[in-house]
Amino acid sequence: MDDIFNALILLSNFVIVPGMAYGSQLAIGALGVTLVFGILRFSNFAHGDTMAFGTMATILATWLLQSWGVSIAPLPTALLALPFGIAATVVLCLLTDRWVYRFFRREKAAPVVFLIASVGVMFVLNGVVRFIIGPNDQRFADGERFIMKAREFKRMSGLSEGVAFKTSQGLTILTAVVVVIALFWFLNRTRAGKSMRAYSDNEDLALLSGINPERVVLITWTLTAALATIAGVLYGLDKSFKPFTYFQLLLPIFAAAIVGGLGNPLGAIAGGFIIAFSEVTVTYAYRKFLAYSIPGDWAPEGLVQLLSTDYKFAVSFVILVLVLLLRPTGIFAGRST
Amino acid sequence: MSFLSGENMTGGYGGADILHDCTIGVEQGEIAVIVGPNGAGKSTAMKAVFGMLDIHEGTVYLDGADITALSPQNRVARGMSFVPQNQNVFTSMTVEENLEMGAFTRRDDFSGTMEQVYELFPILKEKRRQPAGELSGGQRQQVAVGRALMTRPKVLMLDEPTAGVSPIVMDELFDRIIEVAKSGIAILMVEQNARQALNIADKGYVLVQGRNRYTDTGAALMANPEVRRAFLGG
Amino acid sequence: MSQMNGRLRPILMFAAMAAALATVGIVQSWSLSLAILNLCLISAVMSLGVNIQWGYAGLFNVGVMGFAALGGVTGVLISTPPVMTAWQAGGNGIIISFFIALATILAAIFVVKRMAGNRLKRPLFIAVIVAGYFLARYFFDPAVENIEAVEPAKTGYLGGFGLPIIFSWIAGGLLAAGAAWVVGKIALGLRSDYLAIATLGISEIIVAALKNEDWLTRGVKNVSGLPRPVPYEIDLQQTVWFQEWAAILGATPVEFSSIFVKLCYGGLFAVVLLAVLWLSERALNSPWGRMMRAIRDNEVSAEAMGKDVTGRHLQVFILGSAVIGIAGAMLTTLDGQFTPSSYQPLRFTFIIWVMVIVGGSGNNWGAVLGGFVIWFFWIEAEPMGLWLMDLITAGMADDSGLRKHLLNSAAHMRLMTMGLILLLVLRFSPRGLIPEK
Repeated sequence: MDDIFNALILLSNFVIVPGMAYGSQLAIGALGVTLVFGILRFSNFAHGDTMAFGTMATILATWLLQSWGVSIAPLPTALLALPFGIAATVVLCLLTDRWVYRFFRREKAAPVVFLIASVGVMFVLNGVVRFIIGPNDQRFADGERFIMKAREFKRMSGLSEGVAFKTSQGLTILTAVVVVIALFWFLNRTRAGKSMRAYSDNEDLALLSGINPERVVLITWTLTAALATIAGVLYGLDKSFKPFTYFQLLLPIFAAAIVGGLGNPLGAIAGGFIIAFSEVTVTYAYRKFLAYSIPGDWAPEGLVQLLSTDYKFAVSFVILVLVLLLRPTGIFAGRST
Repeated sequence: MSFLSGENMTGGYGGADILHDCTIGVEQGEIAVIVGPNGAGKSTAMKAVFGMLDIHEGTVYLDGADITALSPQNRVARGMSFVPQNQNVFTSMTVEENLEMGAFTRRDDFSGTMEQVYELFPILKEKRRQPAGELSGGQRQQVAVGRALMTRPKVLMLDEPTAGVSPIVMDELFDRIIEVAKSGIAILMVEQNARQALNIADKGYVLVQGRNRYTDTGAALMANPEVRRAFLGG
Repeated sequence: MSQMNGRLRPILMFAAMAAALATVGIVQSWSLSLAILNLCLISAVMSLGVNIQWGYAGLFNVGVMGFAALGGVTGVLISTPPVMTAWQAGGNGIIISFFIALATILAAIFVVKRMAGNRLKRPLFIAVIVAGYFLARYFFDPAVENIEAVEPAKTGYLGGFGLPIIFSWIAGGLLAAGAAWVVGKIALGLRSDYLAIATLGISEIIVAALKNEDWLTRGVKNVSGLPRPVPYEIDLQQTVWFQEWAAILGATPVEFSSIFVKLCYGGLFAVVLLAVLWLSERALNSPWGRMMRAIRDNEVSAEAMGKDVTGRHLQVFILGSAVIGIAGAMLTTLDGQFTPSSYQPLRFTFIIWVMVIVGGSGNNWGAVLGGFVIWFFWIEAEPMGLWLMDLITAGMADDSGLRKHLLNSAAHMRLMTMGLILLLVLRFSPRGLIPEK
């Protein structure tokens, strides 16, 4: 009997808890991508680097707070610095819109031109971030590292396997819930939020109804900047901050947004968790789990890992391909044009 | 001069002119209908009045003021409301949210107007929590008209409101439009179903190739044998 | 006048480019100038490949890196000698698992095609894939382990065919074309963003595979010392005629040998570039090229006229990727080694895009010029950035933290510069240096 519990505990420790946290991070990231797509109608390749910028700003503010001796232990100081990071990123997004995207919007340029412009923005941001904070790993999590340590769990339960629950994981999941509720409240209950949905649904009719498109765009960038920063900081707290990793997050984030249906916020959340759990379950080595759940000598040798973690991007990609082949508008129908 | 009138309008969508010296007008509380064969420039004439295309000759007046240079958005602010032929509802939003978006420019309490719309179209009240995309064609048209009424416009412009709906729904929709007109709103409408539309029209415009061919009261046009033969199928 | 202008402009620009390279030769060194030139030539080929896809057909390929890396690895697979002990250790396992994988794919396709409408289709499809995967892994895993155990410090991989490396230029193109066929089949015909994401994904996966499949590529242990298609400096220096030549030109044999080898490479690359350019121009001005551009400019009406838009797109996508693959193989040839970790998307995907857009989308000469100009700036931006930073920080104390940080970060300036160039060109001169006719 203990074996079955041990197997389940093992699974929650290495699959369920990390999957939940990673899924939340992807979901918040994908929400940003999907908002920009819904309103501005292009895939924003600079999103990963926007996340990196927001995280960098937050890290700098964290260091400043730490040097002043400000702390909100057991919570990480970065949480206190987050509003500063968001503000900096909002300014950044509004400036890029003012200097880059607005021109193409007025030209009524094709979506692919916006796409290329976002690649240019990505480049610049990439340079800015590396210029300011360097290309290397930065750890900025402080405060209590664990909500529950594996050892404590073992002592409490008497089992040989434990569940470790990191503060960053708990924080991520909690923040994701709050952010998602707040976002949906905004989109469904407020005048500004409804005008965004209206604009995304039918641009011409929104104009006829007197909705100001520039205002909608402004709100969209503000939300996107906030979401990107939150996603980036949570990912950084949970793992670590490295500019190139954030660029690479682009693929799972886009996969999440497309799987859920581009332009559909609910889909982005579902997509985030689908991608995260597939990635974690496929790259998890099941040997120990099988050793507990299969009686006696039947337990297999080797890691029993479906795919090496080096190929975790392949998971996003395969899911993406399956969705593109079977249902190009995503699981929750998004826009197809 | 009428309450709303486009006088001697000439213009098009940037290419060759579609309208030639075309004049359209409507009084408050009345229904004016634009009819004509396919490609006669019916919708174009209405869009010209609403400012959706460039007219390089002619003038548009609303309540005596020259509004030729105003953008469609500004014309909405002046009390004009337009219901496009296609994609005239926010499909992913509920009926009620559609109406709210119609009232977007209003900062006052618009719940009274919404009640009036629900009184006019009771089925919408029933379905107010449903996404507009899930409604039938006729119900969608009601949402579209309701949305346009939310600004409490002085002029309501409808581009083929009965396109693609059944004859029964069409009659029902026309009844509602008459009701709207009775409340003092000027209604300008483009219609494919010329006979039925002229029946309810105070004024009718028959356009051919972007020019006024016949202009008279609805009843007079219906009685005109030439109009009947050429445009109403005998 | 405009005709004149249209002819004169490209000539002047290429002349200016040549002058810039000559300046580097005189001010810095001829060896450096030629090194830049050789990479300019390769960049120009790559840029032509992207131009075929984007300029002719409007396809946004964000996976240039992947196709270039595929070309690059063929350099290894063609030129290195086969490692017989490794083949004995695990060759059979690899071959068996390859055929199992192939059979699985065919079976899966068979299920999809033949069982349409059958309720069992999906479960059977999944069952076939899963069974095939595990069966292949059953043979594959031990084989890999055995191969990688063969002298890991020296080989630990299967090696290649031991053919002259120049053949990899063809094989690289074919391999990249094959990958493009698969990606194109999936992502073409959907909205343009999907192709972008799909190509981004496939290129990340290709590079991950090249880094991790040690049995095939030695992974991050790299393969160096690939045989050359041109003579070695050391041999030249010892030949009499070469020493005489050097003496005539007034250079030391060591100096001259390095320049001579670079010239040989340059000659080979120039031949490829001119061939690709000539073919591209022929294609662009043929009925096929005109149809491509018609499709690009108005997909809807082209489709209405009965053109097979998706089919044409697949064709052009494969052709462009093949050209990128050729350039990738040329790069490995020039480097004499294959280092999977050097494949960075910024260096291999986005820079190439900047080249095409700056040069002039849709114009082959523009793409070539873009390849030259941007590569030149990419190389020279670092010293220029350093010089600029030095200038800015000149007033600061030598041990100032900010000065150190700024000087250390100057390298990142070029990413920013590239991004700015792209954005500025896109906005103020979207048709590029040599606009499409």
